[in-house]
Amino acid sequence: MSIAPVLHSVEVKAPPARAFELFTSHMGKWWPKGKTLAPKPHADVVIEPHPGGRWYERDIDGNEIQWGRVLAWEPPGRVLLGWQVDAQWHYDPNFLTELELSFAALAGGGTRVTLEHRNLERYGAHAEEYAGKLRGGWPTFVEHFARYSNDQN
Amino acid sequence: MTYESAALESLGALGDPTRREIFERLAVQPSAVGDLARGLPVSRPAVSQHLKVLKEAGLVREISQGTRRIYSLDPRGIGSMRRWLDAHWASALDAFKEFADQQHEQGSDK
Repeated sequence: MSIAPVLHSVEVKAPPARAFELFTSHMGKWWPKGKTLAPKPHADVVIEPHPGGRWYERDIDGNEIQWGRVLAWEPPGRVLLGWQVDAQWHYDPNFLTELELSFAALAGGGTRVTLEHRNLERYGAHAEEYAGKLRGGWPTFVEHFARYSNDQN
Repeated sequence: MTYESAALESLGALGDPTRREIFERLAVQPSAVGDLARGLPVSRPAVSQHLKVLKEAGLVREISQGTRRIYSLDPRGIGSMRRWLDAHWASALDAFKEFADQQHEQGSDK
C-alpha cells in the first residue's frame, strides 16, 4: 500500500544557487526551534555536503543526533536526503524515507523550493514491526525506551 | 479502518493546538496524564479529555503500568503520521523562506 507523498513548495527571492546554499549549509539558523530530536535546543543542524554525508543536529551541549544521510548532492538544483527518523521520533539507521528538495529558477530571479517527502508507507511497515515488539508486552516496551534514552545520553 | 480514513479522522483531532501539543510531547516521550498536565496551561481533567479524543482518533494508546496509565503514540496511527509530517515540513519551509528572504534583502542592501 502506498501513501501519497507530502509535497510543499515556497518561493524565495534568492536565486537557486544561493537558495540551495542557505537551505543546506545554514539549516541550523533557520530550522524551527524545538523541532529537533534532542530535549535540549539545537546549536546547529548539519548536512555534510556529499553523497553519503550525515545529516544531524548538534544540541547546545555538543551532542550529535543523526537525522539521516545525503543520497544525492546536486547543487544548485537538487538534493536528495534520507530522513531516518521513525514514528517514535527516534533515529533508526535501518529506516529510511526519501526527502527531495528541488530549487527551480523563477522568471523574476527568485527560486521555487519544492519539498517532497515520500515512501511514507514505510512508516506503516515500521509500525507493524514496532507493534510486533509491543506484543512482547510491557517489559519489552520499557526496555526499548530505556535503550533509546541511554542512546541519547 | 483504512489509513486514509484514519488520517481524515485524525485531521479533526489535531486541529486543536493543545491536542497537537500533547501529541507532540507523546512523540518525544510516553507520559502519564499528570506529567502532561504539569507542562501545559490546562487542567488535568482537560488533558484527560484531550487524550480521550486522541485515543478515539487512533493517534494515542494507553498502557497500564501498575496503577499508572501511560499514554504513547499509537504505532498504527500512520495516517496521523502523514498528517503530522505534512504540518512539520510546511512549518520548516515557512521558516526557511523567512530566513532566506531576510538574508537576501540584507545581501542586496549595498
